[in-house]
Amino acid sequence: MSQGKPLLDRDGVALALSALTTAISTGVASDRLALVGVRRGGVPIAARLGRSLPGNVPVGAIEIALYRDDAATALPDPKIGPSQITFDVEGRDVVLVDDVLQTGRTIRAAIDGLLDYGRPRRIWLAVFVDRGGRELPIAPDFVGHRMGPEVIEATRGTRLVVDMTEGTESVTAEPRK
Amino acid sequence: MSARGHLLGIEGLTKSEVVALLDLAEVFFEVSRRPVRKVPTLRGKGVINVFFEASTRTRTSFELAGKRLSADVVNISTSTSSVTKGETLYDTMKTLEAMHPDVLVIRHPASGAPHWVAERLGVSVVNAGDGAHEHPTQALLDAFTIRRRKGRLDGLVVTICGDVMHSRVARSNALLLKLFGCDVRVVGPRTLMPTAVESLGVRSFDRLEEALEGADVVMALRIQQERLQGALLPSLREYSRTFGVGPRTLAYAKADAIVLHPGPMNRGVEIDGGIADGPQSVVLDQVEAGVAVRMAVLYKFAGDPAEPPSA
Repeated sequence: MSQGKPLLDRDGVALALSALTTAISTGVASDRLALVGVRRGGVPIAARLGRSLPGNVPVGAIEIALYRDDAATALPDPKIGPSQITFDVEGRDVVLVDDVLQTGRTIRAAIDGLLDYGRPRRIWLAVFVDRGGRELPIAPDFVGHRMGPEVIEATRGTRLVVDMTEGTESVTAEPRK
Repeated sequence: MSARGHLLGIEGLTKSEVVALLDLAEVFFEVSRRPVRKVPTLRGKGVINVFFEASTRTRTSFELAGKRLSADVVNISTSTSSVTKGETLYDTMKTLEAMHPDVLVIRHPASGAPHWVAERLGVSVVNAGDGAHEHPTQALLDAFTIRRRKGRLDGLVVTICGDVMHSRVARSNALLLKLFGCDVRVVGPRTLMPTAVESLGVRSFDRLEEALEGADVVMALRIQQERLQGALLPSLREYSRTFGVGPRTLAYAKADAIVLHPGPMNRGVEIDGGIADGPQSVVLDQVEAGVAVRMAVLYKFAGDPAEPPSA
């Protein structure tokens, strides 16, 4: 995949966001809805969704580094930060939000983490980009943009960067450091 | 087998390493306030607390820190160990190492004991207080508490009062606070002030009132009656009158000054009871911070030895 040309440009991101918003608002009929972004990539997306969804939907953030299946062998992540869940998750319909879904390991960790805050009625999964490559039996309920097989193949081994900076939104494939 | 690293003292740490540990502690501070105060991070890792000196709060704090990270924690104190049967420190440590812990947390009355052990074992060593030398996790939890209350560490005026000579807490705190450009002042009776204390980069005072003038942070140190041999102090009552942090003396500090004490407190000696329970006291915040800071330390040092240290 050539660098510089984004997988999704600003319009593409807007389209994916609106698809995701619509899917959630029609898919989750609940007056106890809450959004939880997976730190760090899912947090700005959860914030955007929170603003565009009807009603006053509480938005939180969850840190998954402590729940990773390789937590003790991975290097301590200098970018690790605290979870922020200021509402009671008990009995809620919680939509976990992440930027990129691939192996599913992050989501497994996020579910474990979320359950330490209480017992939601149901946990849903919304992802901005699904790039395939699952290593765990995890399937998203809502997807903003699903990458096709050719693009998945072409971006193999790259890091997908979802930039949610207002006005310059994009999704790009960058070489791994 | 090589360990991921050791925390032997504040000495040798850089400012950014301290900041990284404090930031990490914020993550674990949040964990301790959840409905489920436990994360699976160090599942399958082993932590052994070896205390050659009496301690309740530090040992409990390390124990809880390990347990909240899901590590297996074992406590050994000298009164119940083979040390009382004449085993040497080296043999005790080699025995514990053979049980494959990931971290050894050591408190020892001899300065330098954890360093000595760290040089000889392939296990991460965390110093939980060695003689009158260092107590790095105490300095880190104090810094964490101050940063939460004051919003920063840089440039604060910090007065450390009391038995500076016997205090590893004072030493570690002075070293840490100097990294942040703090004006660190020490004050106490001449008999309890180490010679050349200024080499730590601190200013030394004889009168508490002067030392407290304009202070943002006041640290009262415990009068260590077990370490006071001979006539270092005329009487505790006189000490309290001259060097005790009370309403009269605290008035010299800034109106929003906070008061710390590493515990256990001698109420009415180095700190007035009313101050200890008052709005300026952050003594219990320190205890809460202690668990978070020690979780951060264990998390950093209990990782897989095969990985390169820090990055």
